[in-house]
Amino acid sequence: MEPTLFRGRRDRKLGDSLAVHLEGVTKRFGEHKAVDNITLDIRDGEFFSLLGPSGCGKTTLLRMIAGFDTPDEGRVIIGGKDMTQVPPYLRPVNTVFQNYALFPHMTVEQNIAFGLRMKKMPRDEIAKRVQWALELINLPGYEKRRTDQMSGGQRQRIALARALVNEPEVLLLDEPLSALDLKLRQELRVDLMNLQERLGITFIFVTHDQEEALVMSDRIAVMNKGRIEQLGPTEEIYELPQTAFVAKFIGDSNLIPAKALEPRKVKTSIGELELDKEDALTPGQEVLLSIRPEKIRLFREKPNLPNVFRAKVDDIIYTGSENQYVLLVDGQRLMCDTLNQDIQEPGHEEFTYDEEVWVALTPEKLVVIQGGAEGSNPYA
Amino acid sequence: MRRWLSFHAWLVFAFLYLPILVIVALSFNQSRFGVRFTGFTFDWYIRLFSNERILEYLTNTLIVAVVSTLVSTVLGTLLALGLVRYRFRWQNALRYLLYVPVVVPDVVMGISLLLLFDVVRDAIGWPRLSLFTIILAHISFQIAYVTLVVRARLMLLDPTLEEAAKDLGATPWLTFREVTLPLIMPGVVSGALLAFSLSLDDFVVTFFTAGPGSTTLPLYIYSSVKLGVSPEIHALSTLMVGITILVLLLGTLFWRKRS
Amino acid sequence: MREAATPWERLRQMLLTIGPGAFWLVLFVLIPTLIMLVASLMSRGSLGQLVPPFGLHNYLRFFSDPLFVEIIGRSLWIGFWSTVFIMLLGYPLAFYVAQSRYKEALLLLVVIPFFTNFLIRVYAWIVVFQKEGLINGLITAFGLPPAELLPSTFAVYVATVYTYLPFFVLPLYAAVERIDWSQLEAAYDLGARPIRAFWEAIFPQTVPGLFAGFLLVFIPAVGTFVIADLLGGGKVTLVGNLIQLQFGSAQNWAFGSAASMVLMAMVLLGLWLYARTQGEKGLDKLV
Repeated sequence: MEPTLFRGRRDRKLGDSLAVHLEGVTKRFGEHKAVDNITLDIRDGEFFSLLGPSGCGKTTLLRMIAGFDTPDEGRVIIGGKDMTQVPPYLRPVNTVFQNYALFPHMTVEQNIAFGLRMKKMPRDEIAKRVQWALELINLPGYEKRRTDQMSGGQRQRIALARALVNEPEVLLLDEPLSALDLKLRQELRVDLMNLQERLGITFIFVTHDQEEALVMSDRIAVMNKGRIEQLGPTEEIYELPQTAFVAKFIGDSNLIPAKALEPRKVKTSIGELELDKEDALTPGQEVLLSIRPEKIRLFREKPNLPNVFRAKVDDIIYTGSENQYVLLVDGQRLMCDTLNQDIQEPGHEEFTYDEEVWVALTPEKLVVIQGGAEGSNPYA
Repeated sequence: MRRWLSFHAWLVFAFLYLPILVIVALSFNQSRFGVRFTGFTFDWYIRLFSNERILEYLTNTLIVAVVSTLVSTVLGTLLALGLVRYRFRWQNALRYLLYVPVVVPDVVMGISLLLLFDVVRDAIGWPRLSLFTIILAHISFQIAYVTLVVRARLMLLDPTLEEAAKDLGATPWLTFREVTLPLIMPGVVSGALLAFSLSLDDFVVTFFTAGPGSTTLPLYIYSSVKLGVSPEIHALSTLMVGITILVLLLGTLFWRKRS
Repeated sequence: MREAATPWERLRQMLLTIGPGAFWLVLFVLIPTLIMLVASLMSRGSLGQLVPPFGLHNYLRFFSDPLFVEIIGRSLWIGFWSTVFIMLLGYPLAFYVAQSRYKEALLLLVVIPFFTNFLIRVYAWIVVFQKEGLINGLITAFGLPPAELLPSTFAVYVATVYTYLPFFVLPLYAAVERIDWSQLEAAYDLGARPIRAFWEAIFPQTVPGLFAGFLLVFIPAVGTFVIADLLGGGKVTLVGNLIQLQFGSAQNWAFGSAASMVLMAMVLLGLWLYARTQGEKGLDKLV
């Protein structure tokens, strides 16, 4: 398996200092463990995402960093200091709430100035900073407006400004984009990313939208049922999922149960597959193979490649930019995504229903997931 | 924090209920005077029920309450419907007119009605102060309450339900009968119960609009108490409180229904 | 609800629904008020009835005669302080109920006294305060001499607070129940300590409820007569008593009307102020 990593994000040089260190943090609500023994480091200046389905504990974790909940076990260390028992108004951390929580009885500038007022900053200083914040979010001149008359996107930005103007060590964002429609979300994602890079403040971003996480983050922690399934740089999370859950939650994935015959050869229901020169399995070992739909190659004529099989096109999903083929190979379903480039060359052909095609599963793109207990091909 | 709130709250509740409980307790007290509990007895209740005058007052009170509740519920419900469904020029004025009986001191309401009846009587020789005038007076403030309650319920109603009915072929009347009315019925009923208990308990407005021979229980209690409290009054009061609570509970249950 | 085909039909339906109720209100609320206004400008006849000449003499008398000014002052004073005390008692109570698991039951508990006969609730304090009453019963049990709590201004205060407390809690509760607590967290997040955070983020959200509650308590408290009548003896005369007397023994309907109009003016002022500052009024009785 070749590590083809760090193509996407500009390789940012981040230092070694830690913005946040969580150690063995656990939180229970009654019998239920919302957060289960989590240990985590978040580096200074990074854009870090907590990604997972509802109920996985990501928001609870965020709230413990903010100070609204106290862990039952473990420690929360911010900027080198133990802040586990410290109340939120004494932490160098600010939050952008999911519902923005703007003060409706205050104007935009009063909202933004709030934190500065609490710090007893002199008035002219406050005014300057509020100006800076408004320019940062691209809403200059909005000072005297009332927040309940503004659009969702504007209110989100004001909530952001209100938090950032205090120059926190860490900014916490709790699904801030979830209430906005698609185009706005896509725009704001990029804005947030650039903002973070410009300011250099550590962002901890909670979301259930994996596309968001992939676009914006340096590193992602994928959470499930109170635990971290996988933690790593963005591309690693996508290209090299370590568990079936991660493989399924992030993007689409084809999961194929396999049994090792040799260190680099496995037996599956499709047939025998060769693996990458980096893999080394114990014969007899049962694993799960994951391959992303866009990594599967389709041909009309049989190509000279390893791991080639015959398949039938069972269904086609047209999304405009892509053709998503559902292929049947000996009863096993595989998803394959191709771009609609309208180039008639081998490897780029388009197919129709019930057509027989040749499928090539590139060994380098087959990811081995140990102990595939999460189960079988979801498309079976 | 919560503990302080709790402590405070229960002190206030104790304050609110203590006097009532004292009366209830004393209504069963054997001795006529004082607060020492000398023995348990139903004597005073029995005396109450054999008192013919009181039965007459009770009848008066009930007649007034029932009639006024019926009329005010119908008028109030219609008014609420109109207010919520239509927009018209004097909408706000009407709304504020509606709030007047609720906020205004009883005395003012009472004498304004007294004056009204007087003026009308001077003009056309009728009506004299009697149960009839009391009923008219009660309806006037009951309407406000019923309208407010039904309106609150109406605003919770999903307008697309009525649209669906019309889409399926229902005429306005049928839509009202089959969809709207059943859905607001809990509100209408609790509005009616509210009006009923307001009428049962009203004193001040009744005081000014009653005539000789049209005494209601609250009026009787007042004149009695001016002479001095007595266990029969305690007994009567206990019964009235009991009925009010009953009516209230019913009202709440109705409001809760399909809420 | 009723999408009429033609403007005439719509008008017809509108009249059908609003008509009767509006008519009643106009006839029995608006017109009597107007009559009262006119009456207040008239004079007293030999038998106390209303005769011309018209003029503002009643009002002049009301506001200049020291006896009446004292009555107005006392009514406002007692009304004001009773209301303040009610607000102090009721504000935490509203929060307690709104945050409780049993909020509906507790709310019912608050509302029951509201519906109990007003007279009964007032005379109950006679039983508590009188010479042979509850308090004295306790005091004498300790060997102390009985206190003269009735009739007194103190008793009037207590009974006023007692009577009108539920009126305050209900509209306030409506506001408290709708509070957005995430704003409190936001305030904490931005560095406000608990008390400050409450004041900045939560209290403003309760202001409409406070205003409504204040109106519903202050005005009736100022205009009450029964409480002063039963518990104040002759010592405590309020505007309400004054008015009642004018229509009773003092037989001066014109003057009584004027006094009433003053109270009415307060009501209208209060409503207007509320409308100006709050817009849509949500006086929903949460029964």
